[in-house]
Amino acid sequence: MSTPGEPLIQVRGLKKHFPIRSGMLIQRDVGAVRAVDGIDFDVLRGETLGLVGESGCGKSTTARLITRLLEPTAGSITWEGRDIAGLSRRELKPLRREMQMIFQDPYSSLNPRKTVGAIIGEPFIIHGVESDDTKRRKRVQELMEQVGLNPEHYNRLPHQFSGGQRQRIGVARAIALKPKMIVADEPVSALDVSIQAQILNLLSELQRDLGLTIVFIAHDLSVVRHTCDRVAVMYLGKIVELASSDELYLHPRHPYTGALLSAVPVPDPRLARNKHRQILGGDVPSPTNPPNACRFHTRCAKFVEGTCDVVEPPLEPKEGGNVAACHFPLTDEEIARRVPSAAA
Amino acid sequence: MSEPLLVVKDLAVHFETEDGLVQAVDGISYTVERGKTLGIVGESGSGKSVSSMTVMGLTRAGNARISGSITFDGKELLTASNSDMRSIRGGDVAMIFQDPLSSLHPFYKIGDQLIEAHRSHNDVSKAKARDRAVEMLTLVGLPDPRRRIDSYPHEFSGGMRQRVMIAMALINNPKLLIADEPTTALDVTVQAQILELIQKLQAELDTAVVMITHDLGVVAEVTEEIAVMYAGRIVEYGSSDTIFAAPEHPYTWGLLKSIPRLDTPRDEPLVPIYGRPPSLINKPSGCSFHPRCPYVREAHKKVDPGLEPTGGADATHKVACLLPAETRRSLWAALRAGETPDQVLQEVDIPANTLSPSAEGQTGEEVTGQ
Repeated sequence: MSTPGEPLIQVRGLKKHFPIRSGMLIQRDVGAVRAVDGIDFDVLRGETLGLVGESGCGKSTTARLITRLLEPTAGSITWEGRDIAGLSRRELKPLRREMQMIFQDPYSSLNPRKTVGAIIGEPFIIHGVESDDTKRRKRVQELMEQVGLNPEHYNRLPHQFSGGQRQRIGVARAIALKPKMIVADEPVSALDVSIQAQILNLLSELQRDLGLTIVFIAHDLSVVRHTCDRVAVMYLGKIVELASSDELYLHPRHPYTGALLSAVPVPDPRLARNKHRQILGGDVPSPTNPPNACRFHTRCAKFVEGTCDVVEPPLEPKEGGNVAACHFPLTDEEIARRVPSAAA
Repeated sequence: MSEPLLVVKDLAVHFETEDGLVQAVDGISYTVERGKTLGIVGESGSGKSVSSMTVMGLTRAGNARISGSITFDGKELLTASNSDMRSIRGGDVAMIFQDPLSSLHPFYKIGDQLIEAHRSHNDVSKAKARDRAVEMLTLVGLPDPRRRIDSYPHEFSGGMRQRVMIAMALINNPKLLIADEPTTALDVTVQAQILELIQKLQAELDTAVVMITHDLGVVAEVTEEIAVMYAGRIVEYGSSDTIFAAPEHPYTWGLLKSIPRLDTPRDEPLVPIYGRPPSLINKPSGCSFHPRCPYVREAHKKVDPGLEPTGGADATHKVACLLPAETRRSLWAALRAGETPDQVLQEVDIPANTLSPSAEGQTGEEVTGQ
């Protein structure tokens, strides 16, 4: 293993625009959904980086770009010193072993006609790692044991498992080839609360035992805080704030982060009554035609005309160590008022 | 104000299926006072939705066996005729569902759907009903309602669709609103908007609300009383302050300890509930929770606990647990201090045979999960 703390993956100026086409026979581009629109971040070895934001902010697209399931429109993705943004499918194949994904829906991400053994064993066949059936079966059963499944259930089909167990199958498949990085896209959102904790604990055990780097995508801010070392907050295809979990939740500097945290319901009636819930008005604007300059200015409580809608704020260090893209970051006093849970 | 708006008593809803009898709801009782909010918390398959759909008369299928009683505003609903139910449903009792896209008809303009909802319960002209629809859309904060009333559901965002659903549910001034996971499909910021809206309208219109959810944060913010359901039963009931500050059922403890929270230290470990929810066809004997309970004793596998008052400070607080009350309290005190169930078990002595009062006279009896 290499030293922790150095970047495993470096993303610079990454963009993904999905063209909108119109016309029956002769199609022409009439615009683009700017799903990811110029983001920079590093994923350090051995860390868990969280990507949070509302639906449509580009977090899942980012996940699919860094695993190169999608082709970027622009920008670079440097994986262990090598730019993989423009690699062809064939060139990518050996890399696929090193980066794996876990998906949100354990029902649709497993082939219902294949046995669990075949599902978990498939990566070994695809990458020609273990062609001997008996040995492969043994390795698959070890994996099943490792993720807390009964190895005797090797020949069962996915429908014979509960949601939580199915997610364990997805995890076993992802770690089969000992990848360096796992991208988990909302891995617990489809699960019941009592099962969520089982899967979160499993992921952190595996990370510790296997030295995994994890990119964790979720919309549940409490889950992200618990799971991640660093968190990037996305809004309309941009990263608006990036900080360590502790810093981000203790003192969010971007007003959007503040609003997100303020919106999380606190499971404590007494705290909830004292909270000044800050309600964000309106909806997220369309990513086909995002607002000028700071994209959040249309919904921001601290909007200043002539600045926020004219000059795009750079992502730069703010008080307390957070990196945020905001001209008028939240002050400590404002944070205490909006996010009382952070002070507690 | 004396008589409660909704009284559900010993309600059982079983479905006959090819695989066996599904005991979706298995003897639950609760009351909802006028203008108040009750939260029903539970995981998938706990029976929380089926119980509320039965209040609406939506489980009257050929294979359903329903017993007990549901009294709404002094009227028995279980024996009401289908046409009586139709006039109550959408009139005095309204419901909003989790997924606002699939509960609005995609082919009709939202205005037409709102007008139909109003006219099917009130003898008014189309123009009057349309005015009422605009009024409701304004009330729920839909921007530019006079123009947007002629839009189709797909032209709205998820949060706006849920506002339209709420407008439709409240258009006939219902006395009771059943909200089944109303914010689960929404982003947190939109969830906060919708919860605020429901609370505001509830205060203005004096509507009672039954809020069904799996999210403990949501119930903490909006409800006054909470029923925790597990495997078709209510296992704990009390004011929301009590349920969060002094819960007495191991399942409730499990729920509270297994969610990460923003107001606790980040490194506090999550304590999952082991195993998974039981099958409702073949329920565990004795206490349904016993296969997953870290504090199980041999006797708990045979005796089915009833929902009994805890004798604590909150007189409404009830729990269905066979552990003696003082043991439950010391267990929770240790768990609350951050200990895991394994650590707790080393400290707190659980008597092997002493059972809580709810089990008295039952010990030794053959008790099945029926």
